[in-house]
Amino acid sequence: MTGEPTDAPAWDLTPTATYVEGLRRGLLRFLRCDACARAFFYPRVLCPNCGSAALHWEESRGGGVVYSVTEVFPKDAEPYNICLVDVQEGFRMATTVLGATPAIGTPVRFDAESSVGDEPRPVFAIEERAS
Amino acid sequence: MSAGASLRGKVAVVGIGESDIGDLGPDRLSIDLLGQATVEALADAGLAKDSIDGLWSNVGTTMSNLDVAEYLGLRPRYSGGAMVGGSSFVSHLYHAAVAIASGEIETALIAYGSASRAARSRLGFRRSGVSEEYSYEGPFKLMAPASQYALAAARHMYEFGTTREQIADVAVASRQWAALNPRAFTKKPLTREDVITSRIMSTPLTVRDCCLVTDGGAALVLTSAERAKDLPRPPAYVLGAGEAHWHRQISQMPDLTTTAAVDSGARAFAMAGLAPGDVDVVQLYDAFTINAILFLEDLGFCAKGEGGAFVADGGIAPGGHLPVNTNGGGISYTHPGMYGLFLMTEAVRQVRGEAPAQVPGVDVALAHGNGGYLSSQVTALFGSQATL
Repeated sequence: MTGEPTDAPAWDLTPTATYVEGLRRGLLRFLRCDACARAFFYPRVLCPNCGSAALHWEESRGGGVVYSVTEVFPKDAEPYNICLVDVQEGFRMATTVLGATPAIGTPVRFDAESSVGDEPRPVFAIEERAS
Repeated sequence: MSAGASLRGKVAVVGIGESDIGDLGPDRLSIDLLGQATVEALADAGLAKDSIDGLWSNVGTTMSNLDVAEYLGLRPRYSGGAMVGGSSFVSHLYHAAVAIASGEIETALIAYGSASRAARSRLGFRRSGVSEEYSYEGPFKLMAPASQYALAAARHMYEFGTTREQIADVAVASRQWAALNPRAFTKKPLTREDVITSRIMSTPLTVRDCCLVTDGGAALVLTSAERAKDLPRPPAYVLGAGEAHWHRQISQMPDLTTTAAVDSGARAFAMAGLAPGDVDVVQLYDAFTINAILFLEDLGFCAKGEGGAFVADGGIAPGGHLPVNTNGGGISYTHPGMYGLFLMTEAVRQVRGEAPAQVPGVDVALAHGNGGYLSSQVTALFGSQATL
């Protein structure tokens, strides 16, 4: 093929693989739309807001606030929570907040160290207040 | 809205049927339950099965319509039925009404059967609820579907001050309606305290906030208003229908306190030319107690944030200000995997005036289906002859 612009960013047709690869390295990656500037999660090949396929990857700085929370009590294991967190760049994701179950509105932070592993999963921890 | 507006009063439910429900043991197959309900619905309609030319069904298999048509000996010319969760059957009603009103078919069968309770005893509960190729929620082990609805309940409590007691009153009311229904699976009286102090499923919801897991099947026959005139039972006319869905996974729901029922309800009411104040009886898909609060708000029976107060203290119980889930609902009547068809069989019984807990003078009944995790929302309005 000729005439293809070589400087255009590649259209990432394996966004889930790109996301998982980042997570393995402790990065919380997300896509932002070049057309409408909206950040979104989970990663896809088009913007769910405007439909544009012109997207670019960013890495979250990791701050967030708990939007909702529930806790479950398995018969044969320790209780754990499931949270929906509004991440500072403007997207929401499901996660678990490690340690104490947070209340809605609690500031939390992506915990890269606890997220990596053979089956990486993005977890958060309650934000330590640096005063 | 123009295409939708043309449906009003053109199609009617002329037959309903339900199989045995409850705990039916390991030998009753899902498709046998569907068959039993279908026999009853056809007899109720006074129609032979060969008059069915459109089929919408689910029996829990990947090619349900093929299984069901083969089993029933049908040769449909129109085979429909997107799987959108428990609301599917209300969606089927909408789509079947379009097919009938357009003249593509004359008579539709909508049918369901599920031996859910038997399956549970064989398999136990699975902690999953996601079937994506790669799930962004899967690693966090939501106790599906309770956790998804619990997240919505927690957020509603946070934003509007809805109390645990108000949410519990939805279950209390459902049990009071069930006490009036001989077929209800669970009739034992239930108090607010019982609900709140029961085993936690996923905070803030307990096991008493959750729908039943039963066996059961149901079926409904739909035909043109013109043909309905010649059939034995009073037609329950489709006055309006609307559907909407915005997400599948709970983390993708834009606002956990507002469901797509705001759209499905508005579409159904616009088609019917009616408002919530015109509705005499309401059937809401109460997979969990919080559903009733969300849907009463989103369908316009009360303002956003006021659902808790609306349902509290017997507001939707017998003798309350709005009769809701008059058969006992999914929480106390029956819930065989998917409840959507049972919303409509009860709505039709109420319009006919033959429900076990009949509300006096019903002309308009609303059935609202929910599917997935507050995902698919489908609303249907049924009316008596007097509403045409």
